[in-house]
Amino acid sequence: MAKKKKGKPVINREWCKGCGICVEFCPEDALALDEMEKSNLAYPDKCNSCGMCELRCPDLAIELR
Amino acid sequence: MAVKDYIRERFFPHLWCPGCGHGIVMGAMIRAIEKLGIQKSDIVVVSGIGCSSRICGYLDFHTLHTLHGRALAFATGLKLSRPELTLLVPMGDGDAFAIGGNHLIHAARRNIDLTAIIMNNNIYGMTGGQSSPSTGYGDLATTAPYGNIDPSFDPVNLVLGAGASFVARTTTYHVTSMINILEKAITHKGFSVVEVLSQCPTYYGRKNRLATAVDMMNFYKNRTTPIGSKDKEKNPDLIERGIFIQEERPEYCAEYAKLIEKARSQ
Ligand code: SF4
Ligand code: SF4
Ligand code: SF4
Repeated sequence: MAKKKKGKPVINREWCKGCGICVEFCPEDALALDEMEKSNLAYPDKCNSCGMCELRCPDLAIELR
Repeated sequence: MAVKDYIRERFFPHLWCPGCGHGIVMGAMIRAIEKLGIQKSDIVVVSGIGCSSRICGYLDFHTLHTLHGRALAFATGLKLSRPELTLLVPMGDGDAFAIGGNHLIHAARRNIDLTAIIMNNNIYGMTGGQSSPSTGYGDLATTAPYGNIDPSFDPVNLVLGAGASFVARTTTYHVTSMINILEKAITHKGFSVVEVLSQCPTYYGRKNRLATAVDMMNFYKNRTTPIGSKDKEKNPDLIERGIFIQEERPEYCAEYAKLIEKARSQ
């Protein structure tokens, strides 16, 4: 599995293209697309900081910080 | 270093379509290199032509954007003259198996120390969705509107047969294992081939009822299995992923150096 990284996903809205990959494959369902079709950490309490969203984002738009 | 230290930020957001798998492969390449701790200035990325080859523009290493299908030929020349450099050769399936098929099998035969990363999306994306040598039988493409009748290559068997000493397959869904495999492939002394099943939602997906990148990654999740798994016995249609071969064999640049030594001593 992904090495545990501290922090929560921070999304670069300029680079996000709204593909929904991070949302679909987040093991904790912590992410959602907002009304602008940009990814957003809708449920921060659910996030376990696994980092999979960061690794799977094709646009390098997510960074755990 | 952070991911951003390895890219040319001025070209971002990149030009790949939303959900294109190539960005995931690029991210995995960066993370593998970061983990291996290789200096940026010791890495050369050589690409051909196609959506996949854009990687070369985005990565902040030494980069060579060459001719369609010819990336391995350029990389071979470079490696022979500067064997101390680490060479990564990202290619698409059209690039690697069609016009570049000959370079692929001969690089494998020579066992030259390069890492070929073949992003297989089963289609020509950049030019508008033509069928490639890895388009499946019955699949739809711009050039196969009633279904493709050409049997496809099995890339893994192709390069195994040609003599590659490291051969692996992974997918954009299995990104942690992709990073792991890339690390091993890059470290391997010899010709390494990593086939990555990478989605092209725009052309392959739209034409073949896998409408979104998410659908295609779910396909990779559900239709692939680790090499030699029990599931494969039950369901032979599953695609195997993992490392098929990892073997030490005489490497081409080392053999060439010996030859020079021999010629000089006579
Ligand atoms: S994976 Fe990346 S580009 Fe796709 S929706 Fe999430 S943040 Fe946006
Ligand atoms: S770090 Fe893991 S749990 Fe948190 S949002 Fe990303 S994928 Fe979900
Ligand atoms: S056409 Fe296909 S391969 Fe090319 S950028 Fe778009 S999704 Fe990616």
